[in-house]
Amino acid sequence: MSLPLILGALPGGKYAVYIWPAYGVTVLGFAWMTADTLVRAWRWRRKAQAQEAMRQTSPQS
Amino acid sequence: MLSYLANPLRFMRVSRWLAPILGGGAAVLIGLGLTLGLRTPPDYQQGDTVWIMFVHVPAAWTAMLAYAALGAASFTSLVFRHPLADQAAKAAAPLGAVFTGIALVTGSFWGRPMWGAWWVWGDARLVSVLVLFLLFLGYLALRASIDDEVKGARAAEILALVGLINLPIIHYSVEWWNTLHQGESILRKGGPALAPVYLTPLLLAGLGFSLAFGALWLVRTRAEVWRRRAVSLELQTALR
Repeated sequence: MSLPLILGALPGGKYAVYIWPAYGVTVLGFAWMTADTLVRAWRWRRKAQAQEAMRQTSPQS
Repeated sequence: MLSYLANPLRFMRVSRWLAPILGGGAAVLIGLGLTLGLRTPPDYQQGDTVWIMFVHVPAAWTAMLAYAALGAASFTSLVFRHPLADQAAKAAAPLGAVFTGIALVTGSFWGRPMWGAWWVWGDARLVSVLVLFLLFLGYLALRASIDDEVKGARAAEILALVGLINLPIIHYSVEWWNTLHQGESILRKGGPALAPVYLTPLLLAGLGFSLAFGALWLVRTRAEVWRRRAVSLELQTALR
């Protein structure tokens, strides 16, 4: 089954091939923004906390 | 409010509970707006392609909101040398680029069946939004291309301020020039030209997209605060 055929079966009639890819691009954009933002926040928070822990445990030279 | 949040410790404390609230509100409003939007009847001229409006227009509004946020944060950073403002500017740019990209691509999916073309170079609205996209990318590229983080930030902030002139151009492009893109239908004299059945879901989705930007912006700014903290601690440890 081809993609235009699948899209044609969705609501939107003859315009479904334009409507659903537009929604798909929007979902992809939101998914990327959310995932990248959360991963970035988690990673830097962990690194900062690890550095703070290291600083507290290591003796000053 | 802004001066209250300018203190990084206070910002981290407030953004910790504000970001999930904005994110939750965004999910509810976008869900409601799109559910109502996808139940609207076909427009007498546009048919079912009117459904594309419920993602295209909110994405375009949010792209402009993101650029205004980038411009305001860049101004604050340049004039007052506030590090949190620079972190906020850096956090807004990639989000703005994605919202502008969504507006451009969904607009193309609407333009093909309605105008018979994916893209029209002579249309001032389309070209000015493309310039907005390039401004976001230019800001990110300029920051990344200069090794000295402070110098890179200053150069990118100046570019962001110059680019602010593009916001009124985007808004008034449909009035100043003859364009294929339809004229202003919401913020215009005499009230919105849209029927309530289309206007309500559009406004709900628009507010939802804006709240989503707010939530993501706060979390990205928090990540940038953590990054600078980690880098600074790493340097201090190395210098011991």
